[in-house]
Amino acid sequence: MAKRIDVSGLHVFYGDFKAVEDVSMTIEPRSVTAFIGSSGCGKSTFLRTLNRMHEVTPGARVQGKVMLDDQDVYGPDVDPVAVRREIGMVFQRPNPFPTMSIYDNVIAGAKLNNQRMPKAKADDLVERSLRGANLWEEVKDRLTRPGAGLSGGQQQRLCIARAIAVEPAVLLMDEPCSALDPISTLAIEDLIAKLKENYTIVIVTHNMQQAARVSDVTAFFNLAGTGKPGRLIEMGETNKIFTKPEKKETENYITGRFG
Amino acid sequence: MTTTTKGSATEMPGDGPPPSQKSLLTGSLPRYAAPALLAATAALAAGVLLAFGALGIAQFAVFTVIAYAVVISIASRVVENRRQATDRLVTTIVYACFGLAMVPLVSLLWTVLSEGLARLDLYFLTVSMNGVTPSMDAGGVYHAIVGTIAITGLAAVISIPIGLLTSIYLVEYGQGRLKQAITFFVDVMTGIPSIVAGLFVVALWMMIFGPGKTNGAAGAIALSVLMIPVVVRSCEEMLRLVPNELREASYALGVPKWLTVVKVVLPTAIAGITTGVMLALARVIGETAPLILTAGSSAVAINWNLFNGQMMSLPVFIYSQVRMGGAINYERAWAAALALIVVVMLLFFLARLVSRFFAPNLSR
Repeated sequence: MAKRIDVSGLHVFYGDFKAVEDVSMTIEPRSVTAFIGSSGCGKSTFLRTLNRMHEVTPGARVQGKVMLDDQDVYGPDVDPVAVRREIGMVFQRPNPFPTMSIYDNVIAGAKLNNQRMPKAKADDLVERSLRGANLWEEVKDRLTRPGAGLSGGQQQRLCIARAIAVEPAVLLMDEPCSALDPISTLAIEDLIAKLKENYTIVIVTHNMQQAARVSDVTAFFNLAGTGKPGRLIEMGETNKIFTKPEKKETENYITGRFG
Repeated sequence: MTTTTKGSATEMPGDGPPPSQKSLLTGSLPRYAAPALLAATAALAAGVLLAFGALGIAQFAVFTVIAYAVVISIASRVVENRRQATDRLVTTIVYACFGLAMVPLVSLLWTVLSEGLARLDLYFLTVSMNGVTPSMDAGGVYHAIVGTIAITGLAAVISIPIGLLTSIYLVEYGQGRLKQAITFFVDVMTGIPSIVAGLFVVALWMMIFGPGKTNGAAGAIALSVLMIPVVVRSCEEMLRLVPNELREASYALGVPKWLTVVKVVLPTAIAGITTGVMLALARVIGETAPLILTAGSSAVAINWNLFNGQMMSLPVFIYSQVRMGGAINYERAWAAALALIVVVMLLFFLARLVSRFFAPNLSR
């Protein structure tokens, strides 16, 4: 189910402004890859190009190549909607649909696409996804209550359940814990460790301890200078990046000498 | 609270800097001071005005408010401090302004109720003016209610889809010049005087059907011209309030844009959209000038057919009755005005119900 992502020579623009410059990397299946770096260095922007979500912003465009196994994500006949069904996304702020119940939120991917599914199958999918997101025990008695009534951490796990219910190959997470308390953060981190058995996971985080705890591979992004585009500085095994980074910039960042 | 403050003040360490001489305590007027002073100044005002033989509600209110503002400010300045005094003065002014703003509203409702209730009965609501001479003590407003419902109903059927779809275009799809142009013309249209909308439709009907062929549908078109921009504006505001995160969440699940708009954006904004549409409807339901020009002002019989013949409506009924000038005509006009207010209030009540029914349930 999990797939490999191969990026080569990717540049991202907002209008005339170049936000990210010349990124090449390979993201292995069934692993957790963390993006770290200071604010505004383009890691979230880069993450959003992987499932073509950045196109939602007017004026945003991309040069370069993103391959999902052997398919070109930016190929001429590729439907971005199909890409997003294959590469799911969890956002910084939990965003369950306020008009829907917990149950409907989980199957939103099918429901919003007007797919009909038998009640038993839907029940099964809801339970499986909520169990997958470690939320089933907490909400199984109130599936018909609104999703917005859950706590922040539960809402975020609901969003993860919603994302895995469409059965993507890759799961992108854009600072999924930055709005959560430490206990909810721990719950999400445990969940990430469990999810990586089946999915390719890419996570953007500002929390270096979190990157060290959850990821197998870490990529460090930095700005070339104020007003200049962000670049990929170094990428490698997480414990290598955090103990013996090759580049001086990386060492400065992880030891807290700047950023 | 006060005890802790005092306690910590006395427990200042002895070897530190000398305790500040500023006291946290200040005098305060007792709770009953404000109502008592108000009663006293009211009594004083009544007494003085009686002595001059000029007691009237308006004089009494003005005199009381001014006297109370002066007295409470001075009392507070003496007993409390300057900030409290300013606070009490401004509070008095704010309440007085609120009272002043309520005067026309209450007085209008009171006048319409007291003048209109006498004639507003089941008979008045269920018969038309067919065969009733202007000065006869008979006839009713049924034909005008029918006309108002039919004309504004058709106007709503035309305006709501056009307005809603336009606002969806502006918020979700529009870019560049075309969007700017539409926004500009919608703004211009909001400012069109209603009589001009009426004239426009009269000219249109003249061109298509020839002279003297105006009917209820013409009135509905004229009202649509007035209603569409208001619907666009209010729906646009409501759609903009839907957080972008919800759209992104939907896209990230692989939902195409049009389904995102239909199934995420619209349901989230539906409560606000309903209210906006109802406000637009309330704006046009009381329009008189364009309906006199288009649907006519002399119909007396019940006419449900929008496409044939003249059609009376409540505002035009009021206008034409007042023009006739007899005592009985004034009674009919007031009763019709009351009926119109009741219709608008029912609409708002309905809107509240609808928006409560659709609104996202955010309770825990």
